[in-house]
Formats: sequence, structure tokens, C-alpha cells
Amino acid sequence: MLYREAGQFKTSYAADQALLPIVQDRWFLAVLLAIAYLVVPFVADEYWLQAVLIPFLVFSMAALGLNLLTGYAGQVSLGTGGFMAVGAYATYKMATTFPDLNILVIFLLAGLIAAAVGLIFGIPSLRIKGFYLAVATLAAQFFLGWMFNKIGWFYNDNPSGTITAPPRLVMDFMVTGPRATAEVRYIVALVLVTVFALAAKNLVRGRIGRAWMAVRDRDIAAEIIGIRPFQTKLLAFAISSFYCGLAGAMSLFLWLGSAETEAWDINVSFQVLFMVIIGGLGSILGSFLGAAFITLVPIFLTNAPQMFGVNMATDLQKHLEVMIFGGLIVYFLIVEPNGFARLWQITKEKLRRWPFPY
Amino acid sequence: MQVLYAFLVGPFVQMGQAPVFFAEVVINGLLTGVMYSLVALGFVLIYKASGTFNFAQGVMVLFAALTLVGLMEHGVPVWLALILTVAVMVVLAFAIERLMLRPLINQEQIILFMATIGLTFFLEGFGELLWGSNVKRLDIGVPDRSFEVGGMLLNQFDLFAAAIGAALVAGLAVFFQKTPIGRALRAVADDHQAALSVGIPLKTIWVVVWSVAGIVAMVAGIMWGAKSGVQFSLSLIALKALPVLILGGFTSVPGAIIGGLIIGVGEKVAEVYWGPLVGGAIENWFAYVLALVFLLFRPQGLFGERIIERV
Amino acid sequence: MTSARQLGDILLKVEDVSLSFGGVKALEHVSFDVREREIRAIIGPNGAGKSSMLNVINGFYQPQEGTIMYRGRSHRHMRPHEAASEGIARTFQNIALFRGMSTLDNLMTGRNLKMKKNLLWQALYLGPARREEIEHREFVEHIIDFLEIQAIRKTPVGRLPYGLQKRVELGRALAAEPSLLLLDEPMAGMNTEEKEDMCRFVLDVNDEFGTTIILIEHDMGVVMDISDRVVVLDYGRKIADGMPDDVRTNSEVIEAYLGVMH
Repeated sequence: MLYREAGQFKTSYAADQALLPIVQDRWFLAVLLAIAYLVVPFVADEYWLQAVLIPFLVFSMAALGLNLLTGYAGQVSLGTGGFMAVGAYATYKMATTFPDLNILVIFLLAGLIAAAVGLIFGIPSLRIKGFYLAVATLAAQFFLGWMFNKIGWFYNDNPSGTITAPPRLVMDFMVTGPRATAEVRYIVALVLVTVFALAAKNLVRGRIGRAWMAVRDRDIAAEIIGIRPFQTKLLAFAISSFYCGLAGAMSLFLWLGSAETEAWDINVSFQVLFMVIIGGLGSILGSFLGAAFITLVPIFLTNAPQMFGVNMATDLQKHLEVMIFGGLIVYFLIVEPNGFARLWQITKEKLRRWPFPY
Repeated sequence: MQVLYAFLVGPFVQMGQAPVFFAEVVINGLLTGVMYSLVALGFVLIYKASGTFNFAQGVMVLFAALTLVGLMEHGVPVWLALILTVAVMVVLAFAIERLMLRPLINQEQIILFMATIGLTFFLEGFGELLWGSNVKRLDIGVPDRSFEVGGMLLNQFDLFAAAIGAALVAGLAVFFQKTPIGRALRAVADDHQAALSVGIPLKTIWVVVWSVAGIVAMVAGIMWGAKSGVQFSLSLIALKALPVLILGGFTSVPGAIIGGLIIGVGEKVAEVYWGPLVGGAIENWFAYVLALVFLLFRPQGLFGERIIERV
Repeated sequence: MTSARQLGDILLKVEDVSLSFGGVKALEHVSFDVREREIRAIIGPNGAGKSSMLNVINGFYQPQEGTIMYRGRSHRHMRPHEAASEGIARTFQNIALFRGMSTLDNLMTGRNLKMKKNLLWQALYLGPARREEIEHREFVEHIIDFLEIQAIRKTPVGRLPYGLQKRVELGRALAAEPSLLLLDEPMAGMNTEEKEDMCRFVLDVNDEFGTTIILIEHDMGVVMDISDRVVVLDYGRKIADGMPDDVRTNSEVIEAYLGVMH
């Protein structure tokens, strides 16, 4: 009974086009944000922040980026990990070269660099569609990984080949480096994700988002009403890579602290693609739901045996984990191929009608 | 200038100076290419029959090899282990059809693709759960000896592998061209609904195709496993098969074979002659970049037909 | 009655256009003109090259020979987005809507060329970008009213019945405020009532907005009723051109349609 839109009349197109036209949705989001900002940092312990919430935010950012490209513009990419690596290495290079530059500015610059790289690897989309393009993006994944591994300049010729986030301050708070607390890093990640999720939502509900979806649904028809498919796809590649680059920067600076290229290998690309598909292609909310699922399920599977008091050999448990994870993916694809976002929508639909389903 | 010389001229000078070595490199590449071809072949079969881009083909290679080795470790003789492994792959095909393909019928390609990635995880976990995850030696009784022909070192095992690969391809060609089930399969590949409407049982076809792909995977697994041990990295050759498919086109059997050979040779030659110039290990990405460049000039692949778009 | 209407100057002139795919000739030396505010029909048996003709006009196919003169400017061939920005819009024989988007969004894509605010404003969705969005929404709402599709405004078009999809597609073309509208079998597969509705919309568009229309249609009754002049194609060649009544009695046309024995 609480979820009703009766009596909420829209009297202008502006109101009809609002982000969340239904009052209850606005309240729900407001409460959620309030909890995320004001309650979680004080309640959650180090483990929850470092092992659950920060990776969730990092992957949400990456999933947002890939969803813009794959879900909205219809271009499948398996190069997400590569673009994340670009963001991470670009941030590292700039942070160590210009120690006085604000780290958040560097994050954004790194995003722009990733966008430029994404633009280059988006060029094949001029002629290639669908799976062929997906394979072409693998070239980005493997080439970038190799490049960061082989060329010493990228990791400042560090003999161990790892890159480590140097300590940096933002407004007297240590946000990166070994002495930055998990709470601060969490808040920084949360702010970035909030801002860029909103920006993504705005993009997809306006002219650019419609152009993306038009190219996705019927590229020929889109061309004939004056949308240039190539430019539109390139823009999608650039913006998507910006998000992925930012996610890469966040993963090094706010989450891992130090890493090698393996941290952004092909498995990451697949993981993010899973998030987008299980969460819901073409849905901003879906990116978050998918990121939550893919980051939480393995954690749950790892801890489940102990919770139920079962003791298992670690390698046995590891194999079972992989099996169950694979099985769950197939299961969810069968149950709802349109992803969690669609399930959410259906639930809301039902809620709106409850208790009179017809 | 010097850099240009090193990249554009130097490698060719090297090739000319040591033609025997060059021939060895090429043959080496061809033999690796046979493996790629075998995996790509499995892909093409399934893609043709069910429009599914089967990412799990690579893990099927691993799974088949693990099963075979596992059985042999338990004292089962080679011939029986082979039969049992074939049986396991057929059962697997039934299970996949029943539990995955049927519920996902009429879904979009990308969803099916994702499901096969799920399947990849599942089979990986399952195979290692059954047979353990340590590297296993697979000995099928073919000696890994080298001998010399015209100054070139050739490996007996590699030649054996190439012969098996060729025989398998020939056998499949006969199967698809001459048998009724092969004809039905080609009909399905052309148009699912039209095939259904003339009474071709789609489900049976799927089981057959996945079984055949499973057996092809097994052969690839034996070859590769006997050479470098049965281990997790086997499943990664699935990724290498992707550029092969791009070169050959997703639906062409000859394309898969020739594409595999081109990639095999290309990446070996590139690694040996150009690799040292940029720090090595370019085998990892060379195939993809080669495929990408190729696509820019010929998006439909080597054997694909040009499509005229209509509205 | 329609033939007595006053027509304007020549808006589009197709001159000696030939198009082939490999060895297959789709169009051979076709020439005709279209006047402003005219409803010009293209008819012909299946495979006559009608759709190819539209594809040439809006730049999707590039003819091997011939030129397209549009608004006094001669084009060897146009690019699709050029044609769109010059005010040529169209609908498709097999509906080509954006299935994942709502009716409203489909129509809004028709306004894309006219929307100018850049990426940053779009991302912020403040001030100018928002005002622009609302401005165009108002325009699109007029079209929604005109086509009487208010009720399906927010429905994803993939879920709409065929007749309504055709209407939405017309709406998307109209949203671009075209000066030349190409309609590829707008009434195919419709029942009589739907056809009547569609005819009314076509005539109203022509009348109220002064839009020039090129129409491919198989229903001869419709063609004879609403078009000013008719071009007849057969096997890629033009076999007749003129007023509906003249075309109807032309012996070559009758032959092409009925396949008279020789």
C-alpha cells in the first residue's frame, strides 16, 4: 500500500522527465545514500570496507562504464581490464611525476587518458560488429597488458614490476597510500561513484543516450535519421573507457594499494561483462546490482562452509566455489536473461498493484 | 632509420641467411596451428548448428584431457579410457542440451555466450574437483623424438599430431557431406526454423554437434596434453581460437583450419624474428592484432560472403 | 480532384540513375522529378527496384551512374546523415524502429539533429540541456497528438502491435520536420480501417505541414486516391510516369502487373 503513485500528478514536461518521477523512489534513494554516507563508515569494520564495499564501488564504476558501451550503445567489449589498467598506470605515472597535483584531478586526467586509448581501440567498430568486435577488443586487453609489463617507464623501472599508490592528501585527509584508512578511501570512492553514476544516468536519458540506443537497436535506421553511427560508437568507447579508467585508478589507489598488470587481466574483463549482463544491459541500476552480485557471491561462497559449521579442504572448497559460481550464472541467465534490473522492475510493478494483482 | 631497418628489413635478412632455421620456425608454427585449428573447429561446429558462441570449447579440451588422464591414473588401459572419455563427452553433451540450451532457446547470442562462460567455470571446477588440479603427464605411447630431414629438425610426435588432426578433419568432412545427420546439420546451420519445419529434430542435432565438438576437444586435449602436460592453461587456448575464427569466419570449417595455421605460423615467426626487438612475449597479443588488422580490410573473414545490407 | 492541385517547383530530380549489386541490376537509367507539396507514388511489381530507389534518394545506396538534384543542388550521391540534415526523412518497408526504446524516445531521436547541447551539459542535465530537452519534448508531443498515440507514449515499441508501430515510425520521421518524406509501403499488412487512418495521416501531413511525399504502395486503390503523380518501375526500368488515370490505362503497366502473354 505504501508504493502508490496515485495522486502524484505531473503538470509539466520537466516533472515528467525528472530522474525519479515517483516520490517513493526518491525517498528510497535518499535513505540509501544517507546510510551509505552517514552510517556505513561508522559501523562497518576494516574487513567489510576493504574486502566488500570498496571493491563493490570500484567494480560498480567499471560496470557503469561497460554498460554505457555494451548495454546502451550495443558494442560488446572484452577489453575492460585493459582500459582499467590504462587508468591505473596513468594515475600512477602522473602521481609520481607531479606529486603536488591534487590526486582527484589526477584521477580525472587518467580517465581522460583512458578515454583517448579507448577511442583508438574503438576505431575498428567502424567496420566490425557484434562478436567480431568483441574479439577485436581482446587485442586491446592483451596488448595493453603486455605493454605495461614490458616497458619499464610505466612502472618507473621498479625491479619488482609492481606499482604502488603513493600517499596523497585531499583536504588534510590521507586518501591513498598505506596510511590512508579504509573509511576515508571508502568515502572517496563513494563520492566518485555517486557523481559519475548521476552523470551516466543523465547522459543516457538525453540526446546522447538516445543516439547510443538507436545505433544499438537499428544502426541503419539511426543513420537515416541523421545519427552518425561511427561518431556515436566512438563517443561510447571514449566515455566508457573514461569510466573504466577511473575504476582502474580507484582499484589501485583506493583499494589494492599496490598491484601488477595481472590485477587487470582478461578475467577482470569477463567479470565486469558478467556484472553488466547479470545486472541488466542498458540499466544504470543494473550495473550496481550486477557488481554487488559478482563481488558478493564469491565472498559468500568462501565463508558459507564455516557459517554452516562444515570443514572442507581449501582446494576442494575452491573447486566447489568455481562450480557453484558457474552454475549460478547459467541459472540466472535462464531465470531472467534481462538481468536483476528487470526483476526489480517487475517487483515494483507488482508492488504497485498489491494487494489487488489485477 | 636504424629502427626502421631493424623492423622492416632486418628480420627478412635473418630469414634469408638461415633458410633452414626459418623453415623450422614455420613448421613449428604450423604444428601449433593444427592445435588452434582443432579447437576452432569445435567452435565452428557448434556455432553453425546452434548459433552459440561456445566459449567453453577450451575448457572442454581440458575436461576431456583430465578425464582421460584421471582414468589412466586409476589403471584403466588406454583404449578403454579413450572409449570412456568419449562416453563422458557424449553424456556431457546431453546434459548441456537438456539443462542449458533448451531453457535458453530463442535467447540472444550474447546471453548464450555468457551461459557458456558460466559453463566454463562449472566444468573447470568440476574437472578439478574430480581429478585434482596438479599438472599431469599424459603418455599415449608416441615417442617425443626428433630426427633430421634435409638439415631440419623434425619432431616425430608433432608429425603424428598433425596426421591425427588431418585425419579428424577428413573424417568430419565425410560425416557432414555424406551422412543424413550431416545433411540435417547443414540444414539447421542454414535456417533453424526452416529445418524444424521439414521435420529435422533440432534437439538431436544439438546433442550430436556438442558430442562431436566434445570429441574434437578430446583429440585436441590429448595432443596438447601429451606435449606439455594436462593443466589449467589448456583451457586458455580457447582464447587463442578466437582470432583464428575471425580470420576464417565463424561458420567455415576450411576457414577454421587455414585460419589456425596462419595464426600458428604468424605468431611463431613474429615471436622469433620481431619479438626480440620489442622485448619478447609478443605471442600473447600478436594473434589478436593480426586478426584485428585483417578485419579492417576484410570484415567478413577469409571465406565469409560479403553481405549486402537491405532496408 | 487531387490532380487539379497547384504543385510547386521541382524539389527533387532523379537523373539517369543506375544501380547494380555485382551483376544484378537493381535500377537502370531511371529519371523522374518530384515537385514541392506533391504526393508522388512509386509502384511496380515485387523486385522492381522501388525500395532501392528510396535507398538511393536518402543516400543509403550509392548509384553507379546518375545524379540526384535536391533543392537545386546536384549530388553524385548523398550520405545518409547529409540527406537527413537536408530534411529527407523516411519510413521502412519492414519496420525499423528502435525496439528497446519507448515511443516517446523513438520520436525524440527524430529531433537529435536539432539538439545541440554538448556532452558536459548533457552529463549535468542542468539549465540549457534541460531546457533544450523540454523544448523538443513539446514539439514531439504535438506529433503524438497529431498521430493519436498519446496512450502508448511510454510503451517500449517492441511491444506494440504492427499497425501502431507503423504509426510510430511515421511519427519518428515527422519529428525531424522533413521537407521530403519517403514512405516505403506505409500501409502494407494493414486492415481497411488502419489503412484509412494511415491515408488520413499522410494526407494531413501533406496538407498541414506542406511536406512533399514519395510513397511506395501496393494497394492500387490507395495510390490512385491520394497520389498526384505516379512512377511505375519494372525490373529496374521506368515504364510509365504520369497522372494516376493515365498510368492505370497504360498498356505496359497492365502487362507488367498482369503478365500478358506474348
